[in-house]
Amino acid sequence: MAGVDGIAGVDAVSDPSRAGRDPRRASRWAGVVRTPLGLAAVVLTLALLVLAVVAPMLWSADASAVDTDDILAGPSAEHWAGTDNLGRDIVLRTLVATRLSIGLALGATAIAVVVGLVLGTAPLLLGRRAGRAVVAGVNVAVAFPGLLLALFFAVVFGVGATGAVLAVGFAGAPSFARLVQTLVAGVAAHDYVSAARVAGVGELRILVRHVLPNIAEPLIVNATIGAGSALLSFAGLSFLGLGVQAPAYDWGRLLFEGVGSLYVNPAAAFAPGAAVLLAGLALNLLGESAAKAVGVASPGELSVAPRRRRAARATPLPGPAEPDPQADAPDLVLDVRDLHVGFPARDGRVEPVRGVTFAVRRGEAVGIVGESGSGKSLTALAVAQLLDDLADVRAERLDVLGEDLTAPGGESRRHHLGTSLAMVFQDPMSSFNPTTRVGAQLAEVARHHQGMGRREAMDRAVDRLAAVRIDDAERRVRQYPHEFSGGMRQRAMIGMGLMGSPELVIADEPTTALDVTVQQQVLDLLQAIRRADDVALVLISHDVTVVGDVCDRVLVMYAGRVVEDLPATGLTTSARHPYTRALVAAVPTMDTDLDRPLTVIPGRPVDPADVPVGCAYAARCPLASDRCRAEDPPLAGDGTAHRVACWHAGDPIDVDPGGRPLAQVEAT
Amino acid sequence: MATTASPGVAWPARTLDARPWLRFGLRRAGRLLVSLWVLLTASFLMTHLIPGDPVRGALGPTAPAELVAAKRTALGLDDPLPVQYLDHLRGVLTGDLGTSLISQVPVSDVIGQRLPATLWLAVLGFAVAVAVAVPVGVAAGVLTRRGHGRRTELAFTGTSVVLGTIPDFLVGVALVYVFGVRLGLLPVAGNDTLSSLVLPVLALAIGPAAILARVLRVEMVRVLQADYIRTARAKRLPARTVHLRHALPNALTAALTLCGLLLGALVAGTVLVENVFAWPGLGSTIVSSILTKDYPVVQGIVLVYGVGVLLVNTLVDVALALLDPRSMIRED
Amino acid sequence: MSELRFEQVSVRYGRSTVVDGVSLVVPPGEVVGLVGESGSGKSTLARAAVGLAPLHGGSILLDGEPVPLRGRRRPVQMVFQDPFSSLDPRMTIGASIAEAMPRDLDRSARRVEVARLLELVHLDAARADARPAELSGGQRQRVALARALAARPAVVVADEITSALDVSVQGTVLNLVRELQRELGLSMLFISHNLAVVRYVASYVAVMHRGVVVEQGPAAQVLAEPAEPYTRDLLAAVPGSTLRRSHP
Ligand SMILES: Nc1ncnc2c1ncn2[C@@H]1O[C@H](COP(=O)(O)OP(=O)(O)O)[C@@H](O)[C@H]1O
Ligand code: SF4
Ligand SMILES: [Mg+2]
Repeated sequence: MAGVDGIAGVDAVSDPSRAGRDPRRASRWAGVVRTPLGLAAVVLTLALLVLAVVAPMLWSADASAVDTDDILAGPSAEHWAGTDNLGRDIVLRTLVATRLSIGLALGATAIAVVVGLVLGTAPLLLGRRAGRAVVAGVNVAVAFPGLLLALFFAVVFGVGATGAVLAVGFAGAPSFARLVQTLVAGVAAHDYVSAARVAGVGELRILVRHVLPNIAEPLIVNATIGAGSALLSFAGLSFLGLGVQAPAYDWGRLLFEGVGSLYVNPAAAFAPGAAVLLAGLALNLLGESAAKAVGVASPGELSVAPRRRRAARATPLPGPAEPDPQADAPDLVLDVRDLHVGFPARDGRVEPVRGVTFAVRRGEAVGIVGESGSGKSLTALAVAQLLDDLADVRAERLDVLGEDLTAPGGESRRHHLGTSLAMVFQDPMSSFNPTTRVGAQLAEVARHHQGMGRREAMDRAVDRLAAVRIDDAERRVRQYPHEFSGGMRQRAMIGMGLMGSPELVIADEPTTALDVTVQQQVLDLLQAIRRADDVALVLISHDVTVVGDVCDRVLVMYAGRVVEDLPATGLTTSARHPYTRALVAAVPTMDTDLDRPLTVIPGRPVDPADVPVGCAYAARCPLASDRCRAEDPPLAGDGTAHRVACWHAGDPIDVDPGGRPLAQVEAT
Repeated sequence: MATTASPGVAWPARTLDARPWLRFGLRRAGRLLVSLWVLLTASFLMTHLIPGDPVRGALGPTAPAELVAAKRTALGLDDPLPVQYLDHLRGVLTGDLGTSLISQVPVSDVIGQRLPATLWLAVLGFAVAVAVAVPVGVAAGVLTRRGHGRRTELAFTGTSVVLGTIPDFLVGVALVYVFGVRLGLLPVAGNDTLSSLVLPVLALAIGPAAILARVLRVEMVRVLQADYIRTARAKRLPARTVHLRHALPNALTAALTLCGLLLGALVAGTVLVENVFAWPGLGSTIVSSILTKDYPVVQGIVLVYGVGVLLVNTLVDVALALLDPRSMIRED
Repeated sequence: MSELRFEQVSVRYGRSTVVDGVSLVVPPGEVVGLVGESGSGKSTLARAAVGLAPLHGGSILLDGEPVPLRGRRRPVQMVFQDPFSSLDPRMTIGASIAEAMPRDLDRSARRVEVARLLELVHLDAARADARPAELSGGQRQRVALARALAARPAVVVADEITSALDVSVQGTVLNLVRELQRELGLSMLFISHNLAVVRYVASYVAVMHRGVVVEQGPAAQVLAEPAEPYTRDLLAAVPGSTLRRSHP
């Protein structure tokens, strides 16, 4: 027994909801043979199957030929692995046993899969109460190791091949049932299943049309691995003398006989042992490789070819970026020039951030807006040095609170940034460590960076929680994050940033996961902190109104660039870039004219892997001209603090009075 | 999508009201009782599902009919089924598991003699597996985290899949051959000396250790990509602290359930390994009893194994609740 | 045009009452906006109307008759929030839409109908064979709308259908909702946590808080002169709101 069933493919992404997103399904299965291990497994499995078919036809008679003159002989030229106690050739017997061994394993797997499917899909078909009973039953059964169940069933079904097939099959069923249940539950939670129900589609039809196709891949993978473990279980049962009985023989039986004469002819044990091992491995590796191949590869798993890494800039940059007009100010907390963030990809490198330049002064609140995917978060994470090592960050200058991040830093920089740079993230739930109390997570900042003792650090944590208006902070520090409400968690996260004495707070969509009423509390809190200590704030949001409310200055990002940099008060009145203007107009507010359609931005955001020549916005821009499609406009200032990257900045945009911009049929 | 608004917060902040530990304890105890009942019923059914007369089967076709009949009466097999069932339950609860059909020894005595040897094997095997797997898996996880060590990952995964696939009895046979037959270094049968533990424990531990290490690596890699690890890095904690204080507990939590399953599988693995090494434990006894159709003994040993597995699972759940308080409310 | 009427509707999960005695009318051909914070029971109320949440008490009536919650004919249809989960990744969008159509249509009629519906939601009819992976979030939500319309519903329930979309795309879907409502005379229950969005599409507004509808009435009235403190809080929290500054 190879231990535990059902952990198949742990190294692959096994999320059924994600499987199937890739329309090129067949090519993903073909991915199995692209790794050396997978190829070996495929070849080995095929060889086994061929052997299972032909071996008994070729050597059946020879393998049972008794030779009483030559019993228990060691390996020789004639008998490569010697002979057994009746003088029969071990190698031939091992080869012939392939059919029975594989056949029994497949039979048992079939039983396990069928029973598992029936039990696993039952909760969907039977309705709440009966379904729950089935789940509970499977949960109890799954706790028992397969071999114990197999022994139990072997007693019930009797010693012998048939009994063993049934035993191994039924023993494998619970883990398979559990797998099916999990997969089915995963698919059934999707809205498309609800939608089918609402459309009056019956449960059986839903199972066949929606559920089974979406769980087929992990099922096949696990059935393959299940066949491997069935084979090994069988060998185990036969080895104990509980499986195949003489005169029939499978590998386990041969092993059982061979071990009896281990001191006389060890090869008699090794030949079937090797066969078991090889077959078990082949099936297992096949399953594992398939799991890896069909699971959606994470960017880290793409085959990166660093040698082929293209020159970082596919399109020439429009000259060195003009520094932010503020860049000369003496009190900068952030000075970013020509920041690029790239990742290795299938064909070279993608660059989702393509030259961002901005500066933030002490006490200033700068907002960054843009559609999702425009590079806002990457910019923030790059500035905070929180990107993982796959990311390739380049910048002409990256000064944060006086630290030059393009140069390597040491202990003192860690302490400096650890106390003076605070981060707030979008999802306050997942941003807290679920297994550690909130207080400890705050206190460790002070303990580590400020050298406080346990008691002192905890007092500070209580004090900071109170400072972010969390009632009963004494009690709250002893709670776990899941005991906090969403808004409270986000305030605690801000409190964590206040453990030191922050000079810069970077908040990435801090209110997106929160309710409107709670959103306001969090924004007010950020404002208060800013005002009290002259703290600079970089607030990232997809919501123009939020940024306009809180910030002094707004950077509008599109396709990895800043396309406009303007005072927040001017968002609705003096925006000059067509994208900014569209973004502002697209958001319904409490004053939106109800008689007119909302402004929409046609088309899709730019895919970082496929950035067009010229202005990235040209395909969606009503003002686009030939020049726009050929030349990329630089972010240029007009002497004031207002910068914009557009050839036709500020030109009037005709809105066809009667026409709805939507009426165009979208064909992408 | 940056714009997902409000809904879908993973855990409702509603645990303040109830006393979660009490509810958890009650629910868990309830599940244990139900499982025990299922186990008892299954062990009872076992002898009744066997085709033919179990007594006749045990005593052989040549035994005189009167002897079989007497035995049946003595075993209560002629009583109505519900009576037998209640007798079975009562017997088990009072520690009376019947007597062996072959040796006439009370089954509880057989178990009492054999259990310690098996327990030793299982506990030591598990301890060795965990002691090896945790540092190896965690280190491999850190080394192969996103964007690192693709070659290491390939080598590690290949090795661990192979080691995790080799069945323990094959490992056992190979160990017997190498250390017993070829080198004559270590005892290969019985449990007379402390050194006779070495090979069986090794045979038991290698597979689970490989599987556990592999899962731990995957968990570490996954956890290292979690948002809260980003938070820990944003606090500018040193890498060691991030890995050991923030990542490790979460990876262990995720691997704990697997530990339970592995320990269960390891208990089952003792059956095979004991037979390889002629270890005088429950495993060798149950196999010989199955072959001699000594059903009361088989029944008793199945019960012991089953109870062991259920206890392990309960312990794992408790440990999980201690490590990760969310797991207590997960099943509500 | 049909009227959807909730009468004293309650839904419970275990011991917690998620929707508590809600009475609400969606008048024929009107859009009723349902607002409230997350967890207030909006989605649950919507799901009850299509049979996805069990009714604990009260009744849901369509033109005076109980809404059919079983069987093939489903005059109340629903569009869901998450564009990535609302379409089967393995089905073409055409097949997804056709699945919701009445059974009696034959193959060619279905194809024609799919094309008509796709055009109705401003998607190229030639894309019926595309799979969801090839579509953007906004396009998926429009397909989901087309699927709901394929069932020839009397009432459509839209649950936060724009909250997972970027603002630039949100407008497309909102415009479409208004257009469909005007052209087809659909009755609609439109759920959103965003008051500005609700104000834009709905003629009536109901405010839900902790499982109870605390205020309802014509949109203009509720939003301009909220009677309930909770409604006032909601309005005050809208970013860019003028009320906000004066609010403590
Ligand atoms: N299936 C369920 N089981 C238990 N509680 C649920 C279930 N569905 C929803 N709830 C609870 O019901 C409350 C209301 O949820 P919901 O209807 O989704 O609100 P909204 O739509 O306003 O976000 C929440 O507290 C939620 O946790
Ligand atoms: S440069 Fe041209 S295409 Fe780009 S935003 Fe300006 S007008 Fe539009
Ligand atoms: Mg909702």
